[in-house]
Amino acid sequence: MENALPKTAEPVGTVDVLPNTPELVPTAPVIRLDNLSITFGKRPILRELRGEFRGRAIGLLGPNGAGKTTLIHALLGFHPPSSGTAHIFGRDIKTDAKQIRGRIGYMPERDSFIANMTCVHFVRLMAELSGLPPDAALERAHEALFYVGLGEARYRKLGTYSLGMKQLAKLAQAIVHGPRLIFLDEPTNGLDPPARQRMLELIRQIRDSGLASIVLSSHLLRDVEECCEEILIVKQGRIAVYCNLEEERRANRKFLEIETRGPREPFAEAIAALGCEYALTTEHRLKVVLQDGVEIRDLYRIAAEQEVQIRRLNFKRDSLEDIFLKAMEDGNGSI
Amino acid sequence: MAVYEHTYKPYAGPLTPEWSRFLILPRHAYRDVFKSKLFTGFFALCFVCPLIMAILVYLKHNTAALAIFNLKPGDTAAINAGFFHFYISFQCGLGFLLTVLIGPVLISRDLANNALPLYLCRPFSRAEYVIGKMSVLMILISAITWLPGLLLFSFEAYLEGGSWIASNFWIAGSIFAASWVWIILLSLLSVTMSAWVKWRMAASAGLFGLFIISNVMGLMINGVLHTRWGSLINLAVIMKTIEDSLFRDVNSMDLPQWMVLPTGAAWFTLGLFLAFCLFLLTRKVRAYEVVR
Repeated sequence: MENALPKTAEPVGTVDVLPNTPELVPTAPVIRLDNLSITFGKRPILRELRGEFRGRAIGLLGPNGAGKTTLIHALLGFHPPSSGTAHIFGRDIKTDAKQIRGRIGYMPERDSFIANMTCVHFVRLMAELSGLPPDAALERAHEALFYVGLGEARYRKLGTYSLGMKQLAKLAQAIVHGPRLIFLDEPTNGLDPPARQRMLELIRQIRDSGLASIVLSSHLLRDVEECCEEILIVKQGRIAVYCNLEEERRANRKFLEIETRGPREPFAEAIAALGCEYALTTEHRLKVVLQDGVEIRDLYRIAAEQEVQIRRLNFKRDSLEDIFLKAMEDGNGSI
Repeated sequence: MAVYEHTYKPYAGPLTPEWSRFLILPRHAYRDVFKSKLFTGFFALCFVCPLIMAILVYLKHNTAALAIFNLKPGDTAAINAGFFHFYISFQCGLGFLLTVLIGPVLISRDLANNALPLYLCRPFSRAEYVIGKMSVLMILISAITWLPGLLLFSFEAYLEGGSWIASNFWIAGSIFAASWVWIILLSLLSVTMSAWVKWRMAASAGLFGLFIISNVMGLMINGVLHTRWGSLINLAVIMKTIEDSLFRDVNSMDLPQWMVLPTGAAWFTLGLFLAFCLFLLTRKVRAYEVVR
């Protein structure tokens, strides 16, 4: 699809509020979790989640069974909290579920559609259920399908669609009513590389428009890294990490990975004496965060003094994979 | 979000009233339902009986027309509670067939395609979803039962005059009430069957089977235990008892004495049955199945 960035993107706070929908709190965080717990029978799935999330695109990560999808379902009101609550745009999911759902779009992980319907009919039905009048719903359905790139195939029955087209149709139904928050659950599942790129491009466009916030749940760290500004890592029903990816990257700008031969500990202590933080990783490697004023040549000088060979030296920053793995190793150390 | 702009834009127009949104489901369902010529033909045939009965009402009051057929006013059927009772029984029978044709796919299709999360992630509740699905049948069965029934009653009332209306106005209430008892039973039963039985043929057979099996079981219990309380599980007898009570026992076909139930017991059993259907629906109509 061609570049679809709007010429005049409006800031989030000024989005037109639907006339029949009570005002959402413009300054409120996108999502606020207040000790949210979900229990299925006696099995706790989410345990006292707390936090405020304000990003335009929030990546939801975690191993299988961590509770990512349950968290999305809880926010959509599918599972009532066993204790605590959550707020979306300042509204309580327990008491204002309908008002909240009027402003939310949801793209489920699994195939969800009505097979014997044409795509435009299906998307129109979903728009009408969101409260749009029939004429407006039909118009928006056409527009949403053109937007996601299914314009030419919109009169085909959904049952005849390929997997990639079905994913795009699911995205179309999630955005047809112009929600302010879109939950995308594994949007690139089963897509080939071009289709995946297309999906990610659409997600980035929506994010960059500033008109809707996105919560992207995915197993693919690369997808989250490409689309999200903030990440929330859930592990065993608890929040393991919540961080801003950009800030994290900036903080690790001078992060060095050094491979050495020779007495490593004295070398590391000499580096620490310069005011740099270090961590010994594998047998021959250490990680160093350079402080301002410390140059690479200082490291070579210390290495010469300590009779240590520097075999390899790479500037590196914590990738999302590092952050994820670190989060998984914390606590009981199991992934 | 115009087609040519290809941008994401929120919707800023008016919204439909929340109370009316359940009607979206029948409106979209009829697009599919009336694509079938078989169904459309059957639905048209459902209006033959009201038409014939309207002709009978007309002939009853038109001696000139009767004379053409060499009939006298006394030779035609009496237009009374029994006349309308027969009409409602016949039309509700057609309503049952109509339910068997379209009821089994109402919810099963959504469940098979995991479409429920898409409905329920919108400002649309489970209750609205169920009522919307039931409305598909409610509207169609209404169109062939109480709506033409009340027109027929009005036609008769117009031809008979004020005194007939005064003494028979309760019949209009009976037409309406008896139709709605059937409508609620059939629509709730069919959406429950549709929610639990995914295979269309099995669900259709289940709808038939429920009436037939409950009839056989009821008769067996009555026969073996020499009681009439076996009729409590006989759906056909329960409905017949309720109908009879609504039409003040002016029966076209009387039940044998050993099958007759007290009216209160019939209402109570029907209420229990409907409550059980609702319970089954609440178990199944969920966005996601929760594994505990």
